[in-house]
Amino acid sequence: MSQEAWWASGSFWRKSAIWITGLSFIILIFLTFDSMSYIKAGGKQVPNYAVINQRVDYQFNEAQNRYLPVIGPEEPLFGKKLTEDEAMAMVSKGKLNVQSKNCMDCHTLLGNGAYFAPDLTKSWLDPYWGSKESREQTMVDFLMDPSNKLHNGIGRRMPNLGITEDEARATVAFLKWMSAINTLGFPNNFKAMDQSDAPAPIAAPVAVPDAAAATPATGAPVQQ
Amino acid sequence: MAALGMFDTANLNGGQKLAVKYFTVSLALFGAQVLFGMLAGIQYLHPDFLYGILDFSVNRTLHLNAMVVWLLFGFMGGVYWILEDEAKHPVVALWLGNLIFWIFTLAVVAVVLVFLLVQVGPAEMKSIWFINEGREYLEAPRWADIGIVVSVLSFFFNVAATFAKGKYTGIGGVLVIDLLALFGLYLAGMFYTPNVSIDQFWWWWVIHLWVEATWEVLVGGIMAYMLMTTLGVSRKIVETWLYIEVALMFGSGILGLGHHYFWIGTPQYWLTIGGFFSALEPVPLVAMVVHAVYDSGVHKLKNSNHPALAWTIAQAAGNFFGAGVWGFMHTLPQINMYTHGTQWTASHGHLAFFGAYACAVISFFYIAAQKSRGNVWMSSGMVGAWRWKWAMTFLWVGMVGMTMSLLIAGYEQSQIERAVEGSTWMAYFTAQAHPWFVQGMNWRLISGWVFSAGFVLLAWDLLTIGKRETRPAAQIHEQATASA
Repeated sequence: MSQEAWWASGSFWRKSAIWITGLSFIILIFLTFDSMSYIKAGGKQVPNYAVINQRVDYQFNEAQNRYLPVIGPEEPLFGKKLTEDEAMAMVSKGKLNVQSKNCMDCHTLLGNGAYFAPDLTKSWLDPYWGSKESREQTMVDFLMDPSNKLHNGIGRRMPNLGITEDEARATVAFLKWMSAINTLGFPNNFKAMDQSDAPAPIAAPVAVPDAAAATPATGAPVQQ
Repeated sequence: MAALGMFDTANLNGGQKLAVKYFTVSLALFGAQVLFGMLAGIQYLHPDFLYGILDFSVNRTLHLNAMVVWLLFGFMGGVYWILEDEAKHPVVALWLGNLIFWIFTLAVVAVVLVFLLVQVGPAEMKSIWFINEGREYLEAPRWADIGIVVSVLSFFFNVAATFAKGKYTGIGGVLVIDLLALFGLYLAGMFYTPNVSIDQFWWWWVIHLWVEATWEVLVGGIMAYMLMTTLGVSRKIVETWLYIEVALMFGSGILGLGHHYFWIGTPQYWLTIGGFFSALEPVPLVAMVVHAVYDSGVHKLKNSNHPALAWTIAQAAGNFFGAGVWGFMHTLPQINMYTHGTQWTASHGHLAFFGAYACAVISFFYIAAQKSRGNVWMSSGMVGAWRWKWAMTFLWVGMVGMTMSLLIAGYEQSQIERAVEGSTWMAYFTAQAHPWFVQGMNWRLISGWVFSAGFVLLAWDLLTIGKRETRPAAQIHEQATASA
């Protein structure tokens, strides 16, 4: 048989490979540009750094059927209200600390990393820190000297990584900011620390895409 | 030429001599990966083991990075191995290949020493540049990133120029374009941002598009050569299959990137796009299995190198199960919501990297062992054949054991930590203390010991296989690799 079927021909598949790869990559580039509008600080799903001046909560949203961050009234971190630039500098130092101490090779951030220690995505809201009044100092103390603190019943402990007080406070700022990212409901069923002794949250600048189209840029109130 | 069975680099062409150097370092780093993996595995059960000296994070960093580098060295060795044969031309700048080899090796030693001795730094950019970048898989400091980019770029130049001076085969064309992508994509990970969502978005461009696209295609290219060499499959068949696999691999893998964009702050449409395309990712892997099994059958398993062919078939199966089935199991967002960031991922990662990549590189180790001893007979009936068979058995039993143990631990985490308890600190530790999890970690460690024994046997075998063999290999190779 000398006539080769088109589907068995090398040149057909070579051309297909080139076209499919090129087309997929062009779609990816387009989606990348679009995604940036969601994930830049102050974008549709990632808050401005100054969100650390406000209360951040994480609650189940009936309308969207998933857990979402809820941004509440003013509650400056360490009692000091920061400008957007100051907040960015603080969060950035915290992120640098997270990288230079290699946190990601024990913990996960947004679910990515290692599985030897708890996920940090919503760690700002973890009931482990006690009350919301003592939380900031408890976190700073823990980060600076974790080795002798009670962690769990299985003997696994975080080592002392030589974290200074400035680094610890910046890390807390980074964790608070990260907890305000709309992660589309991940982690599901996270039972956040009770922060309800103050007035109910007033606004949710972080919205999911469906809602974002219908809401003003500043965000709309979320029903509790 | 030396007598059959004697190790002599005079048996090899220029590219192959360089490849043997890459393979040697690659095997040593494979050993390092096993060692640090074992230390990290022990720490799950005995948290005070090496606490404050070599903490889990240090061991895991070395476990991962040793893997990335030994596979990369293995691939570079693999490409240099086939280069002159494919292009019908000597490597154009062998001196550059040698220079880069030594620079790359010394850089790896420097990075490992810093990881071991310095470990962490202050919250400043200089830590990112000189100590640890702190991003999983890309922990190597920024100066080393630049080194990797320069190495891959000069590697690309050497390969592209050799094919250009000689002749471009289908395999050659695919490899050259793939290496360009390998170089370009790494640049996407080389920047700092305080924004963790943007950070992880681009970080996945490197991790996913390297591992699930360009690495897969590179392995497809060198394994196509492997099938021609060991089985004598015709060039036309392997190259047509290669194009099909590239089309399916990039067609599913590029937008399959979306399965990493479910929960990092990225828009909701990624749930659909990522779920759909990543569900298609096993398709090319099925094609590879069909291709390998069909061709083995057509040639009635008559081949010139039994251990290499055994590892080639293991690669096709391991790639399908590890990357394909284990990936598919938790790639849909409805499932991934509860499995993301648990031992499910570790289970998938272990079997996928081993199946898809480690097996491919090991099959090249055996080809190199054969040829450097004067192309000796290598079969299941050769002198000392028990070693390669038992090495393979121990490595696979160990790997399957680790994969299953981690999967059970992952199931338990999804149920207790994620679904019931709600992913808090206490939820995490409640799940870690559960007997199912602890048993999973125990079996993982036992399987790790089995795997380690397999590695020792493998290293011993590679250094000695064919030494006392005096029969020449079956002449399947020349006829098959001839260009159409």
